[in-house]
Amino acid sequence: MALTEIPDPVAQELESDAERVASRRGVLIALPSWVYLTVFFAVPLVIVLVYSFATRSSTGLTRLTGWNLDSYRRLFDPLVAEIAMRSVVLAVATTLICLAVSYPFAYYIATRAPKWRNLLIVLVLIPFWSNFLVRTYAWRIILGSDGPLAQITEALGMEPVRLLFTNSAILIGLVYGYLPFMVLPLYAALERMDWSLVEAARDLYADGWTAFRKVTWPLSRPGVIAGSILVFIPSLGAYVTPALLGGARTTLLGDYIVSQFLAARNQPFGSALSVAVMSVMLVAVIVYFRSGAKNL
Amino acid sequence: MTDSVVLTGVTKRFGDVLAVDDLHLSVADGEFFSLLGPSGCGKTTTLRMIAGFEFPTSGSLTIHGEEMALNPPNERPVNTVFQSYALFPHMTIEENVGFGLKMKKLASADIAQRVKRTLDMVQLSHRAAASPSQLSGGQQQRVALARALVNEPQVLLLDEPLGALDLKLRQAMQVELKDLQQRVGITFVYVTHDQDEALTMSDRIGVMSDGSLLQVGGPQDIYEHPRSRFVADFIGEINLMPAVAADRDSVKLLDGQVLMAAHGAQPGQAVTVAIRPERFTLYRPDDELPSGRSSISGKIIRRIYHGDVFVYDVETAEGLLEVKEENRPTIEIFEIDAPVTVTWNPSAATVIED
Repeated sequence: MALTEIPDPVAQELESDAERVASRRGVLIALPSWVYLTVFFAVPLVIVLVYSFATRSSTGLTRLTGWNLDSYRRLFDPLVAEIAMRSVVLAVATTLICLAVSYPFAYYIATRAPKWRNLLIVLVLIPFWSNFLVRTYAWRIILGSDGPLAQITEALGMEPVRLLFTNSAILIGLVYGYLPFMVLPLYAALERMDWSLVEAARDLYADGWTAFRKVTWPLSRPGVIAGSILVFIPSLGAYVTPALLGGARTTLLGDYIVSQFLAARNQPFGSALSVAVMSVMLVAVIVYFRSGAKNL
Repeated sequence: MTDSVVLTGVTKRFGDVLAVDDLHLSVADGEFFSLLGPSGCGKTTTLRMIAGFEFPTSGSLTIHGEEMALNPPNERPVNTVFQSYALFPHMTIEENVGFGLKMKKLASADIAQRVKRTLDMVQLSHRAAASPSQLSGGQQQRVALARALVNEPQVLLLDEPLGALDLKLRQAMQVELKDLQQRVGITFVYVTHDQDEALTMSDRIGVMSDGSLLQVGGPQDIYEHPRSRFVADFIGEINLMPAVAADRDSVKLLDGQVLMAAHGAQPGQAVTVAIRPERFTLYRPDDELPSGRSSISGKIIRRIYHGDVFVYDVETAEGLLEVKEENRPTIEIFEIDAPVTVTWNPSAATVIED
């Protein structure tokens, strides 16, 4: 034990030197990402925050004088509430449908032999190989008035189904687009499940359904929470899908914010809307994680 | 004694793999029965079929006279202690132990009382509100035991429950488990690959290999009268010498020496003579041997000191023999290369028909 013979102050200095070197190395490694995040994430965010307190001139320019809360006051406009409510309902519906579809599928993958699991996961990821915009345009064709869906229903002697430019079309597009974000975390949670726990529950007189409710479901909850957040947040602010599949009939938060910047040329109000949506999401995420974390 | 678990012609296939092959076994009520064998011998599959986690491909399985081969686990009067304990990580110790009673829809006052009593029995009442991850391996083991026993099952199934514990704790738990089993009087079916564990705890042992039950008997019977090479070799150390059956009481070794050894083989049949290392006694070549002892001469080529015993490897005409001599103050300690006579009582030799 030669080390213990070194006088304490010397040892302490050596130790703090080592710490300093290690932390300096850490800073260097993280430097590129720090720079990137600062320039492309933090700075724009601050700009949005600053703009939300600014005034719009009569010509549509933003004047960085006369700071006020007018834009935030406008958030309580009934029109905004209606758009927000519609967006939330759609995002909640998207999340619930994704969960209902993904859970059995993730469960199925996680209970296959390991060699099949990877193949099935690759299948889930295949849609990512082509561009999101292209795939959304494909849905326009499928759901369109002359599309396959309408043709099939017509051929079956039914009223041809025309979904394009409806809320249902948006919902279909959102569920389609975000399904993998639900499947992957659910799979990750179920894949590391200790199935002997389910056997233990069955052994202790639980039937299959009760064992699922008491053991499988609570233990897969981290995956449910992660997947729900990954689907809910982009659904709430979705822009491309509603713009392409929903037409111009229903406004959602995403298009409303975009229209404030591009059409209405009211950057302060658009900024205030963005800040409000982000704040609500942040609070929701924190609450959701806290509620789930208790039983993890 | 009534039968508790009876397996008749039970076979289990996984695809092309024959895991359990035409197993016939009957476990008596209140018995501590061990299934012993190397990994992959089908012992765990057998246990899982009794528990209801696997269903036999064919055959019958009764528990207390009732056919149960195809019942789901929740419809069997058995409980399992899992190798990994399988404690529910999202529940407290109390909730874990009370799970089975809750599923049986007992009144919550009854549940609380029985959980408390069972936790007292395993000396863990003070940890009732803890979560499983806060407990040590030995404590988790006892919770797993309590969670099964609280339901007062007719049969308790244990799948290598001590495998994850360190040696000292394992030995302590062996004694504790055996005491517990005698106190509660429940039939235990215990799966293990550890022959020591099986020998110290069991009333009877079934030795399995390649999906078949090779021999069933009490620990002494299994250890001292193995009926096959596999059982002889798997349980403890043993010396095997090839031989040919002579008349009813003797066999002829390959070098022509005739040994006294009882057997049931036909004269001329190839057999193996099996003798445990501790049944040998070493003498100097010029010592006078006590009458009636069989002997073979050889030379010490290795000596290993184990504290309680000396283990010698002795080179003889019949091959290498392992000899274990207890470390008593009076014994003679032989050096490497010393010529010796290896002797044994003829009753110590077991003849195995090949």
